[in-house]
Amino acid sequence: MNADVKIEVRNLDVFIGNTRALRGVTIDVPARSILGIIGPAGSGKTVFLRTLNRLNDLTRGFRATGRVLLDGADILAPGADVVGIRKRVGMLFALPVPLPMSIFDNVAFGPRLAGTRSRRTLRQIVESSLKAAFLWEEVKDRLNTSSLRLSGGQQQRLCLARVLAMEPEVILLDEPCSGLDPVSTARIEEALAELKARYTIILVTNNTKQAARVACNTAFFLMGELVEVGPTSKIFISPSDPRTNDYVIGKFG
Amino acid sequence: MRIPPRYAQNIAVVLLGGATALALAALVFIIAFVMVKGMPAVNLKFLVDSPREMGRSGGIFPAIVGSFILPLAAIAIALPAGVGTAVYLAEYTLENRITRVIRIGTDCLAGIPSIIFGLFGFIFFVTVLRMGWCILSGALTLAIMILPTVIRTSEEAIKAVPRSYREVSFSLGATQWETVWKVVLPNAVPGIMTGVMLSMGRSIGETAAVIFTAGAALRLPTSAFDSVRTMAVHFYLLAREGISLENAYGTAAVLIVSILLINAASYWLMHRFISRRAR
Amino acid sequence: MVVRWIAERAVKWVLIALAFSALASLLLIAVFIFKEGVPFIVRVGLKDFLLSSEWDPQAGRFGVFAMIVASLCVTFGAMIVGAPLGVAGAIFLNEFVSRRITRIVKPAIELLAGIPSVVYGFIGVVAVAPLIREHLGGPGLSLLCASLILGVMVLPTIMSVAADAISSVPNSYREGALALGATRWQSVRMVILKAARSGIVAGVILGLGRAVGETMAVIMVAGNTVQVPGSVLDPVRTLTTNIALEMGHATGLHRQALFATGVVLFVVIMILNALTMAAMKRGHAGK
Repeated sequence: MNADVKIEVRNLDVFIGNTRALRGVTIDVPARSILGIIGPAGSGKTVFLRTLNRLNDLTRGFRATGRVLLDGADILAPGADVVGIRKRVGMLFALPVPLPMSIFDNVAFGPRLAGTRSRRTLRQIVESSLKAAFLWEEVKDRLNTSSLRLSGGQQQRLCLARVLAMEPEVILLDEPCSGLDPVSTARIEEALAELKARYTIILVTNNTKQAARVACNTAFFLMGELVEVGPTSKIFISPSDPRTNDYVIGKFG
Repeated sequence: MRIPPRYAQNIAVVLLGGATALALAALVFIIAFVMVKGMPAVNLKFLVDSPREMGRSGGIFPAIVGSFILPLAAIAIALPAGVGTAVYLAEYTLENRITRVIRIGTDCLAGIPSIIFGLFGFIFFVTVLRMGWCILSGALTLAIMILPTVIRTSEEAIKAVPRSYREVSFSLGATQWETVWKVVLPNAVPGIMTGVMLSMGRSIGETAAVIFTAGAALRLPTSAFDSVRTMAVHFYLLAREGISLENAYGTAAVLIVSILLINAASYWLMHRFISRRAR
Repeated sequence: MVVRWIAERAVKWVLIALAFSALASLLLIAVFIFKEGVPFIVRVGLKDFLLSSEWDPQAGRFGVFAMIVASLCVTFGAMIVGAPLGVAGAIFLNEFVSRRITRIVKPAIELLAGIPSVVYGFIGVVAVAPLIREHLGGPGLSLLCASLILGVMVLPTIMSVAADAISSVPNSYREGALALGATRWQSVRMVILKAARSGIVAGVILGLGRAVGETMAVIMVAGNTVQVPGSVLDPVRTLTTNIALEMGHATGLHRQALFATGVVLFVVIMILNALTMAAMKRGHAGK
């Protein structure tokens, strides 16, 4: 059982300045499945996500206590290889952020950082990543044009391809569809359904229906606390905590 | 007696508008005066010929060369130092006592008059380091003079790069320096270039800091340890010592056209930068 | 991995070193100017140096009092010319004309800042000084001529800083005043100038600093006679021009005296810097 747990979070407390953003979060993230995280705005979902790849290091006044074990190694430990961790834990942001360079260079950004220089290898990586993000057919003839010319939905899939290209083990998604139309959202969800066979995916979403559609397990955060986590069907049909029930049926949030 | 508000308003508009018009008129007058008096002396021969009889006749070619070599060399020195400082301030540290001291030092340096730079360059580079009056002494002095401008404009440009770009870069496994080098700096280039152009404009017109450090030799320099004369210095010597008023006007006209072109270029760059940011 | 880690460390240290370049330059400048100048002041005596008006290097007399007075007079004169024009221009362009005109006029006036100081000086010599000589008397090259030229020179600096201060006053202040029935001018006088005061003061002090430090333009138009001016039509010699005029041929004690002049100038400028920072800081604290 434990072998299938990719990330173990134990008693995670996070402070940002004097605000306590997370309190005592303990959760196991199973490997090769999708964990959905739902909760109202300000419940600490995004802070939690950004702690898992140490991106919060960039936030002023950030402090974390507790343990976050990635394959058994504590990523919060002093002296942890932050850059290495970020390579293993990819992240997709709420708004698509294509870097102002060509489509090809965007996808090749990660592999190049990892030291891949061969043009041929890079081409293969770019092609397979774009295919996995369901974008290849739309852009294969214009890989050298600026990524800023793509539509919003295409840009977000490009960002997904960019994450896939660095061959992470875990993919964090921070409300990846909040700025997208339903069709683009469907394409991203389609991609996620295929990706869960190979990756551990954590999906933060404001859209409870999306969690219900794609997540295998679902966690509910409220005011910095993990209220409940379990199989998605249980969370949505018979949650054990009344607050979870109130949220999923839409009483607040 | 109390003036009714509407009259007060009209009087204010007239006075303020008049003051603005006066300032504009001064600008137009200065440029027009120099152009009208100077342009007749300027022709191709004036631009490419060497001066003869201390500049009484002949052209100003060596001075044009000096006017571009010196600022370019100064920028080559100040750019790495200035951008490095800006990167350190903007990316590698939070505001603390050290950054505050660096900022105060930069501001103080910006306020120092050019004659002090000239004195310092003369005693330090020319005399103590025994480099003599030469391009290198002049360029080093100018580099210190423009350093604050380069630091400030570069820091502004770096801070204008969206935070999300940095987050993406880090999340893809880039180190701090890789993020700076591959994502932040390429996007800050137009802003940094604005600072470079401003510095170029300032140093090309500089006289006091240059005349005591780079000297005033009329020959074409062959190495970094040769003395040069810039157009500004040439103009000053011609006009002050009454060598040739005609050639002084001509030199001033060429100098002003160069500066106007540089300023126009920097203005254009800045505009492009701002419109790109808005997008 | 290890290589990358080492490179990252190395880059960081290089950047820290570069970050101190400006500060190090400032200290180096201060050290060398003071090292050359202070021993001289000690030798001659601070009182004799600062309070005597006799400057005769051949006779070994070095008093800079007249030059200090001249520097102050020229600077003050320049501010009388430049500050009202600069501030008026900043107000006018921000509050009374359309954006389109501002977008053309403001950079045009900022171009004034790009014109080299020697050109200003030359204009003073060939265009302004003769007018003064003919209509007001005196030699023409004078305190008045230097003040006029310097006033125009510092105008763009003052205007640009003041304009930034005025345009950063929140629009709600304007709208608030206008909604209470104020005319544009009343809103400027009662609200905007108050809100932007510290920025405008900072601009004026910045212009002051430029005027005190200006050398080449003043050399050409001020006449360069060492004397405490009796009228605005008298020729004067400032601290800066004294250095530039004699540096070329000074040796020994004479040269040290010029560096001592530099020390006085340096101290004056640092005081002005401190004032600017204080004005700016008050502005930020007020917001």
